[in-house]
Amino acid sequence: MSDASREIPGIFAGLGATAKRDLLLAWKRPGDVLNPLFFFAMVCTLFPLAVGPSAEQLEFSGPGVLWVAALLATLLSLNALFITDFEDGSLDQLLVSPQPLPILVLGKILAHWLTSGLPLVFVSPILAITYRMPLSVVGVMMLTLALGTISLSLLGSIGAALTVGLHRGTALLSLLILPLAMPIMILGANAVSLAASNDIYSTGIWALGAYAIASLSLAPYATAAALRISNE
Amino acid sequence: MWKWFHQLASPPHFYRISAILAPWLAVPGVILIAYAAWQGLFVVPMDYQQGDAFRIIYVHVPSAYLSMMAYMIMATSGAIGLIWRIKLSHAVAAAAAPIGAGFTFLALCTGSIWGKPMWGTWWEWGDPRMMSELILLFLYFGYMALRSAIDDTTKADKASAVLALVGIVNVVIVHFSVEWWSSLHQGQTVFKKGTMDADMRIPLLIMLLGFTLLFGAMLLRRIRTEVLFRERRTRWVREMILSPEGGA
Repeated sequence: MSDASREIPGIFAGLGATAKRDLLLAWKRPGDVLNPLFFFAMVCTLFPLAVGPSAEQLEFSGPGVLWVAALLATLLSLNALFITDFEDGSLDQLLVSPQPLPILVLGKILAHWLTSGLPLVFVSPILAITYRMPLSVVGVMMLTLALGTISLSLLGSIGAALTVGLHRGTALLSLLILPLAMPIMILGANAVSLAASNDIYSTGIWALGAYAIASLSLAPYATAAALRISNE
Repeated sequence: MWKWFHQLASPPHFYRISAILAPWLAVPGVILIAYAAWQGLFVVPMDYQQGDAFRIIYVHVPSAYLSMMAYMIMATSGAIGLIWRIKLSHAVAAAAAPIGAGFTFLALCTGSIWGKPMWGTWWEWGDPRMMSELILLFLYFGYMALRSAIDDTTKADKASAVLALVGIVNVVIVHFSVEWWSSLHQGQTVFKKGTMDADMRIPLLIMLLGFTLLFGAMLLRRIRTEVLFRERRTRWVREMILSPEGGA
């Protein structure tokens, strides 16, 4: 028995293995990564069509539109976080693994962020420029999106874990997560708006950073608990 | 003391005690509300600035307070159920959610009715309190939707308890973020509150007490139904229903 327990790799090996596996899966199914990005671009296209393409309108609404679109795109990708693992039974393997579940979950969330949040951050400048956002503000927006999507992935994983295996889980997931995700969007979009009007925007960045750290330390435990509840 | 507490947590015992307790909350609650409503509507003088419109606070403030109180009860009893596995406390959480959502809705409606003559608008997106209250209503909806989406009661109890706890951490953040956000757009539109006259305040305090008692009675009633439904296959329920009294 003691030999077996010595063979169990460290917690970071477990984190790395789950993250690597999910990244590999994402690589094999590029559609899962690309679809939310297309969705993001399309939502950003809808707004000028709906409210009119005048320059000052675009400049004014740009930060808000980009942030709403990013939030919706992240929600769209969150549904897939546990569902395929639940269907093919590998989620059960995670649950019975001797590794601490919160760490394994963190690995999955990390992979989710790398395949959903990070691409959004890199796609957003293209759309931001079409919204006539100055280049200095684009940097601020990328920073808020990077910090914000980390929190969104973490917070959303709780919702994804609670709704895994439920019928009509997608709509329910949005209903659960959107009210909780509002502060992230408020902080992010307003920091960008403030930067655009040459105001002090650092408060929003710090608050987003604090939110990301707090959810990084708390959300994996809640997600792990929720996964155990949904799979008993 | 502890024995009494443990007995209370057992469903049949709770069912008996709550039947005795409920009228003691409901009757004083209704009397206090009726008295305070009469005071508030007819006796209390008009506000020199707001005229008669201010009288809506006698409904608005108690419902806003209960909307938050119900969420606290929902989350705490969910946590108690999660930690100590007390079945009754999950029934409390399940019973508190619809009442809380109702009071939240009432607070929003009365606030908006008051806002029309005062601010000239039914809805003010820039007001942090209205936004927090609206998000609270959404949280209630999400909570109830999750509960109804899961067929297995035990699972629904635990999952919704986790959601309520995550929500409670977030309610604070929502409040501050909304406050920070609205401070960008405009100053506080709510009139700076001076000290309220005692003639106006005492009926409000009576109303708060009356609402709380009535809320307690409604909560007990809902918990009783919830307990009865959850324990429908147990012996005590069958015995009670088949007994000559029929289980009132």
